[in-house]
Amino acid sequence: MPDVAIKVEGLSKRYRLGQYLGGGTYQYRTLRDILTDAMYAPFRRLRARVKQRAVASNPTAMSHQSSADFIWALKDVSFEVKQGEVVGIIGRNGAGKSTLLKLLSRITEPTKGRAMIKGRLGSLLEVGTGFHPELTGRENVYLSGAILGMTKKEIDRKFDEIVDFSGIEKFLDTPVKRYSSGMLVRLGFAVAAHLEPEILLVDEVLAVGDAVFQKKCLGKMGDVSKEGRTVLFVSHSMPAITRLCQRTILINEGRILQDGPSHQVASVYLQSDVGITAARGWPDRSKAPGNDIVRLRAVRIRTEDGQITEAVDIRRAVGIEIEYEVLKPGYVLVPNYHFFNEEGVYLFVAGDHDPAWRRRSRPIGSYVSTAWIPGNFLSEGSLIVGIAISTPSPVIVHFYERDAVAFRIVDSLDGDSARGDYAGPIPGVIRPLLRWTTQFSPNKLRS
Amino acid sequence: MRDLKQVNQKVQENQILANAEELRQAEAVPTIIIEPTRSWLSLKLRDIWQYRELLYFLTWRDVKVRYKQTVIGFLWAIIQPFLKMVVFSVIFGSLAKMDSEGFPYPIFLYAGLLPWQFFASAVSRSGESVVGSANLIKKVYFPRLIIPIASVGACLVDFAISFIILIVLMFYYSIIPTLSIFMVLPLVLATIFTALGVGMFISALNVAYRDFRYIVPFFVQIWMFLTPVVYSTGIIPENWRWLILLNPMTGIVDAYRSAILGKSFEWGNLGISTIIAVIVFLFGLIYFRKTERYFADIV
Repeated sequence: MPDVAIKVEGLSKRYRLGQYLGGGTYQYRTLRDILTDAMYAPFRRLRARVKQRAVASNPTAMSHQSSADFIWALKDVSFEVKQGEVVGIIGRNGAGKSTLLKLLSRITEPTKGRAMIKGRLGSLLEVGTGFHPELTGRENVYLSGAILGMTKKEIDRKFDEIVDFSGIEKFLDTPVKRYSSGMLVRLGFAVAAHLEPEILLVDEVLAVGDAVFQKKCLGKMGDVSKEGRTVLFVSHSMPAITRLCQRTILINEGRILQDGPSHQVASVYLQSDVGITAARGWPDRSKAPGNDIVRLRAVRIRTEDGQITEAVDIRRAVGIEIEYEVLKPGYVLVPNYHFFNEEGVYLFVAGDHDPAWRRRSRPIGSYVSTAWIPGNFLSEGSLIVGIAISTPSPVIVHFYERDAVAFRIVDSLDGDSARGDYAGPIPGVIRPLLRWTTQFSPNKLRS
Repeated sequence: MRDLKQVNQKVQENQILANAEELRQAEAVPTIIIEPTRSWLSLKLRDIWQYRELLYFLTWRDVKVRYKQTVIGFLWAIIQPFLKMVVFSVIFGSLAKMDSEGFPYPIFLYAGLLPWQFFASAVSRSGESVVGSANLIKKVYFPRLIIPIASVGACLVDFAISFIILIVLMFYYSIIPTLSIFMVLPLVLATIFTALGVGMFISALNVAYRDFRYIVPFFVQIWMFLTPVVYSTGIIPENWRWLILLNPMTGIVDAYRSAILGKSFEWGNLGISTIIAVIVFLFGLIYFRKTERYFADIV
């Protein structure tokens, strides 16, 4: 029975609303705010007294008022992590993942609750923590290492290894402000990867850098877990989570929603409206994206044979289907889709081109529009689709639902896609199957 | 062949080092408890000792970065106080004819300007330091106090360099240092404590209220004229003396002058200043400690 490395009991963090900017930060106040606050304070007290009288008749009013001023970024979170366990943490943006890591790495203090951490802790919430642009690569390795908790002796000992891993020997004595962003990430990760704490907290650091380097980092992360270290790993990338972690915790609105085997939790995440899925519906019209002219009611990802799917074969076409209602006549409406890849790269926009409805105002009723992306066009990986409906002139955007649906494109290894018989990773955001020709002239060599 | 041997030896050394490291780590598996701070005052000074290497690195960074990409580099640390001395000597010595207790005005001035410059730059730099390290504070844990301390440390280096001018001046005016020159060491310590006290307080305030960014330079300027830097304490009417003694830098700057020029110390004044300096330091320290837990949330 291995020892417990992390024990979290009822951990909670509260932020003041209005100043909370998400991601665990809130706005600073200027002296002017304080002074105006002080000026209004007597009036507020007066109002509070009036309200108190009201509370006597209606006891819920007051408590509602005070709790509305605060937001619990994390509420009553409890879990245990055993030594050597690698645990993934997933959840939507703003679910409380970063706050949890910040609390565990002692960057900020909890409002309530308690956590116990047994062992030397290293946290990696950013690549290149503490880099100073004016200093050289060499100097920054020492600086960043010290900031992340390494002793000078440790850095001396691992220096060559770090430089080796980063692959930037040639620029070691150049100030890092002259580095490309890729080089910075490499050096930063190299330093962090050579931290040797018993417990490692990692936040989304793999979201940066090029694909090849990401693979290298993932490999290094895998090594780390094999060495018996305890790792908490926050990520949006489901493949990375399921590959690296046996167990995953799903956080939603500051609470733990699921805690279990990674593949199970990941599928819950992908299927619920907690995550982004291949199909989504808004049964309640008043909550659906839109206005009093048009409302979006459903979005689906379909294959050619009509199935709703999250994984699409790279060789097949995929349809993005929307269902919407026109509630007011007299508007020309153009549905348009916005495509992003996992790294947030804006791939392209596609507007409805159906000649039947071009420049024609739409009568009241319900509509289904589908756009087909041809097979052998996009590269493999996840795609996130934003859905909008707008009127071209004068321009009105009736709604824009970001991250409405998502799907994955899977490359086959059958050899008849653009990949051919090559099994390794292929860069690029598109992967068209082009027509190739070859002319062969036997026994004729150019001189 | 010899290369190989050397490599082998290096590898062995590294292994020994590594083993020692592992042993050290195995001996003490630290347990960290994270919970809301209950006691209103927990100074956790031992933490700073544990992170002393980081303190060294941050100081070193500040010193290194300061004169990067300047043509004359460290010479700035000499030129700046030198020019200030020349300008002030002309204005206050030659034109305003300030009393300098019988010493040549430039050296009288510089003996006070030297510690003041250190104090002023330490206060303004440490005051800005926490906000300036916002991205560190938001991304990694270490005792936050290290940040203002490192800033003061970096100023100490400049201070040491600007001593060169003092030595040159002493030669020029053939002032022979007496034994009391050794008093400079405890005085430096007192200056550090005062500067750190004010610096910690301002840096913590700066996190919550950015207004202090604009207040501090002005405030430091005024403070200089409230301190006997360009004038001697003697020109202040007797019945107002107590007031300027509330300023801890009065006694300290005066004492520097006594130590450097070999005039007699005003022990009473120095005592009062030291006590006030200690109070300022403790106040700054406690305020910093009390507010630092919110730094990452609001910086």
